[in-house]
Amino acid sequence: MSSLNPDQATAARLAGLAQAPDAPRAWDPATGDGSLVEDPAVRAPLVLGNRSFNWVTETVCGYAEKGPGKWFWPTFFLTSQIAALMPLMILYLAITGVGVWGLNNQVDWAWDITNFVFWIGIGHAGTLISAILCLLKQKWRTSINRAAEAMTIFAVICAATFPGIHVGRIWMAWMLFPIPNANAIWPNFKSPLLWDVFAVSTYGTVSALFWFMGMVPDFATLRDRAAKRIMTGRQIGGTLPLIGKTADEVRAFAYGLASLGWRFSSRHWLNYEKAYLMLAGISTPLVLSVHSIVSFDFATSVLPGWHTTIFPPYFVAGAIFGGFAMVLMLLIPSRELFPGMKDLITMRHLENMAKIILVTGYMVGFAYAMEFFVAWYSGNAYERDVFLFNRVLPPFLAVEGLDGQLKYAPYWWAYWAMIFCNVVSPQVFWIKACRQSIPVIFTVAFLVTIGMWFERFVIIVTSLHRAFLPGEWHMFYPSLVDILTFVGSCGTFLTLYLLFCRFLPQFAMSEIKNVMPQASPHYRPPASGGGAGPSGVHHAPNKEGV
Amino acid sequence: MAATTKIYRTEEGKDLYAVMAEFATPADTYHAAEKVRDAGYQKWDVYSPFPIHGIEEAMGLKRPILPLLVGVMGITGACLGFAFQYWVSTVGYKTNVQGKPYGAWEAFVPVTFEIGVLFTAFTALFGMLVINGLPRWNHPLLCKERFLGVSDDKFIIAIESADAKFEPEQVRKLLKDAGATAIELVEDIPDAPAAPAAH
Repeated sequence: MSSLNPDQATAARLAGLAQAPDAPRAWDPATGDGSLVEDPAVRAPLVLGNRSFNWVTETVCGYAEKGPGKWFWPTFFLTSQIAALMPLMILYLAITGVGVWGLNNQVDWAWDITNFVFWIGIGHAGTLISAILCLLKQKWRTSINRAAEAMTIFAVICAATFPGIHVGRIWMAWMLFPIPNANAIWPNFKSPLLWDVFAVSTYGTVSALFWFMGMVPDFATLRDRAAKRIMTGRQIGGTLPLIGKTADEVRAFAYGLASLGWRFSSRHWLNYEKAYLMLAGISTPLVLSVHSIVSFDFATSVLPGWHTTIFPPYFVAGAIFGGFAMVLMLLIPSRELFPGMKDLITMRHLENMAKIILVTGYMVGFAYAMEFFVAWYSGNAYERDVFLFNRVLPPFLAVEGLDGQLKYAPYWWAYWAMIFCNVVSPQVFWIKACRQSIPVIFTVAFLVTIGMWFERFVIIVTSLHRAFLPGEWHMFYPSLVDILTFVGSCGTFLTLYLLFCRFLPQFAMSEIKNVMPQASPHYRPPASGGGAGPSGVHHAPNKEGV
Repeated sequence: MAATTKIYRTEEGKDLYAVMAEFATPADTYHAAEKVRDAGYQKWDVYSPFPIHGIEEAMGLKRPILPLLVGVMGITGACLGFAFQYWVSTVGYKTNVQGKPYGAWEAFVPVTFEIGVLFTAFTALFGMLVINGLPRWNHPLLCKERFLGVSDDKFIIAIESADAKFEPEQVRKLLKDAGATAIELVEDIPDAPAAPAAH
């Protein structure tokens, strides 16, 4: 590295030693950096600012080595306090019983299963981004896949808790698994609930393997950097209390252990890429199967409102929809808070995700409409009643029943909240200015997340709360324990994500480097020093101005 | 150990593990790899921060057997999963579910698939590691400061002294002619101490 290298300027900026003002960018009118270039002949750059490989390493490793900044520990303190609510509430549930929830004779599944389906759905976008976009050779996935996979793992952890505790007697949860026991009782393999146990536990395991495997080369990078600093006597971070080792010694050991001795050999890369592709290939049907099986929990029952063949594709589309919203809600603040991240997650990435939300929003909208069509077309009075009088009709549109009483849906507000959040709000993405506006994207992502929670609530509670006989009709009201358990699961999710941001490589460095123009063996550097490479945008000004 | 194998030592008297050369760009590395391949070396490798596109052809590597292994294990897993469910439902603990036959296979499809996936995923990751000789604690190359740059932005070709054709001066000349920007010797490190069975 010569002293003129722009990477050193970046490294100095990251270390807080220098302020590098960005040169004006004039590639496209909206952002000026080429990420939203309209010309279909020009590929939008995936990493902005003509960055070098070293810049990627310095930036991404910098997050894990130097720490995210002053905001981190107070935020972590707050979220971990919220997270603590979850074990507290579970403890209370375990020592008291499911009566602490708002369940009643009729509504015996409510927030517990709503939260389960909500979290597992959020998890699915992570696999979608890493696996399906990998198979489709969507190169833009490389800067969002790691965070999305992390989100998957943490969402599955939150999700898996709820079925485990929803029976109340959590010490019996091990009977979910086919383990020989003293009573010689085996589980019933004809039950969708058991399929669900296998689907979710397989999904959690495979997602964790996929995530870990992707991180192995990046752990090796972090290990090598720490080892190099120890060799050259330029360690960062002092001696850690209690352990008595320097921070870099701990890093070299811990990241070294996690990297499994990876040494970037091409012979290894060949097998690695094959294994990664196969994991992606197997994860794709897996993610589709898992949410289909989750939907079987409902679809194979005979309850009107649940007994629907459209559920598997409808649930999968909804999972992708809600998951992308959550990825956006995590990445937009990260992008603002971490230096240099805006060059890795460009406006193009956000716009692409906004477009996917629009498309999948239509899929769930279509599914909502189809449910109504089938309720009407089937001629089944119970099915029709569930949709009309359990879900949709607000009090001001109440109709007179045969007994002369006004009939309306007591959960109409939940249904219309879902429609507004999931079908109406994404429509703003038809407008380019909205797709490219970060506050708008964040707001819609937030609404979609709420809407997807309501979708599960509507499916579960409104179908259950009125059975075939009016004598069995009960409303469901959540208890404080219901609410705090859910809030606690959000805290758990955020806490785990913050720990990921602090200690693990937030981006797949080797994959990002691989999609940069200079990674190609056919790459010819432009004649005039440091142009834009083969992206075709040769007229672009060099960001660093060197 | 073959009779032709010679032990080379560095100036400090340590055994030589390999000669490594640094290259500036993926293109240089690619073309250098072609030259090393054509010179007939067997025990050598290219180290790069990411898999260089097409490097397996430049190196003359064979197709990996991993996909076959993964396929076999996936199918094995699915078969075992099916057999287990069938045994549980017909022998282990017969449950009459809606009057369906005990061995009604249709209901076993989801779990069969999931177990097949589980076996596939484990084989893909652990098979990859085993074939690559990983995990391992250390490696002679990882003791070289220059080599650690590979995980950042450097490209290195290393030819091992264990190669039958290895001759330090020839290797050095080959790598230099191929466009290496720096060449270094890599000392071997003693193998991990053997298990305490010796005493």
